[in-house]
Amino acid sequence: MSVLRKNPLRALGGARQAPGFGDAGRVVPASGITSLLTGITSAVMAFLAVFALALSLSSGQLAQRWSATLSQSATLRISAPPSEIGAQTAAVLEILRTTPGITSTRVLDQDEQRALLEPWFGPDLPIESLALPRLIEIIESAGGFDAVGLRLRLASEAPGAVLDDHTRWRRPLVQAAASLRALAWFSVALIGVMMAAMITLAAGSSLAANAQVIRVLRLVGARDAFIARAFTNRFALRALIGAALGTGLGMLAFAILPVAGESGFLTGLGFHGAGWLTPLAIPVLAALIAWAATRAAAMRVLRRES
Amino acid sequence: MIRLANVAHDYGGRALLTGIDLHIAPGAFHFLTGPSGAGKSTLLKLCYGELRPVQGEIELFGQSLRGMSRDGLADMRRRVGVIHQDCQFLDHLTLAENVALPFVATGRPVPQTDLRELLAWVGLAGQAESLPPTLSGGERQRAALARAVIMSPEVVLADEPTGNVDPEMSQRLLSLLVELNRMGTAVMIATHDLALIRNAKAQVSARVLRIQDRTLQSAGADL
Repeated sequence: MSVLRKNPLRALGGARQAPGFGDAGRVVPASGITSLLTGITSAVMAFLAVFALALSLSSGQLAQRWSATLSQSATLRISAPPSEIGAQTAAVLEILRTTPGITSTRVLDQDEQRALLEPWFGPDLPIESLALPRLIEIIESAGGFDAVGLRLRLASEAPGAVLDDHTRWRRPLVQAAASLRALAWFSVALIGVMMAAMITLAAGSSLAANAQVIRVLRLVGARDAFIARAFTNRFALRALIGAALGTGLGMLAFAILPVAGESGFLTGLGFHGAGWLTPLAIPVLAALIAWAATRAAAMRVLRRES
Repeated sequence: MIRLANVAHDYGGRALLTGIDLHIAPGAFHFLTGPSGAGKSTLLKLCYGELRPVQGEIELFGQSLRGMSRDGLADMRRRVGVIHQDCQFLDHLTLAENVALPFVATGRPVPQTDLRELLAWVGLAGQAESLPPTLSGGERQRAALARAVIMSPEVVLADEPTGNVDPEMSQRLLSLLVELNRMGTAVMIATHDLALIRNAKAQVSARVLRIQDRTLQSAGADL
């Protein structure tokens, strides 16, 4: 007897409370085209999600790298009449020495200043005769220093000193990377929404095609949850398989993607180390989205029915 | 078990049934007759909660249909076996699986021995593996009967169970229903086949109800 053959657990007399995957799934006939399209859609969405995810991870790392390297140093410039410059430099160095978060300071000597100006004025600049500002390089500790507090102290004690902590030109770069990351995450979310919409449409068509099955199941005493499960299990499984394939292909693409150059933005694009584990969440999420979308669609149809 | 009090139903404002009072007691045998379109199927659907009345009260096993949730209604269906006019099978499942569907749909293990005995009782032991579309009308009706009674319901409601079968098969189906009634199951059969009613009256004390002018009347004297 077929019931016996197809449900071996039942044949063994196992009285299970909830019907298994196969039981609820089998009461709905398989539909080739819907099933195939759901799988393909999931695969494509997962493939795109892998790229969006790579972009978001990479831009996140980029933002971190830029802000880390750029915030390690700052420059202090002292412009004052030649008679006062010595005193102000001493005062500034004393202030810097007592400022927490500063590892070391160094006054650039005339040779270094000449080297800095050489590209513009040539090697024979009579630097001694010019009223050049004095430059002090500041190396920060990892925690950084309080730039606002330092500026206040400098303003009162050495009015000719100007602190340039690179923030002004560092910020837009980091912001650009951060918005790139936000955009990439937004794309991941959009792919999720699109997937939910596609699955809702597919589930809707499957529910409509199986109106007779739903009627029969209600007639023989099936609860809504059982009927919904017959559909949700199927769609979740299809989405899981499709998304797993798409994710695999996407990761393969990154694995064999040629790396462009040793530096620059493109080198960072892709997955590194533990980052390779993140795309593995995509099939699971796809299955969850498919499950939720199908359940919502099934419950809507079932409630409308009576 | 099933009680209708002053029930009325209409489809889109066109009154079909009014002032229906009906009580199906344990072990009762009812025939429901009347011309086509009189509302026999509608009345049966009201009795198992597929339709809700526009007016009046329906009580199923002591519970008002009005306050019954969808899950409550589904659970109630286990106590009412329904034989539909057009059988309503899942055509991709075998006959045995269709007959066992009430167990599968309610998440219970299928009692294999009962299933085999039941299929033998309706004379379909040899067709257990067949798909419903390959069966004859009589075989489908007997399978529908088997599915309706596999959960040992307290009442069986049959809508034109002999509609598509020859007189000999009608007689066979009837004797199965009479046998079921003798074991204590209440039976209500909607039919316009007067020969079937006459045959039944020889075997069982059946009450005949007729839908006429949108109301339910006792028609015992006419037959």
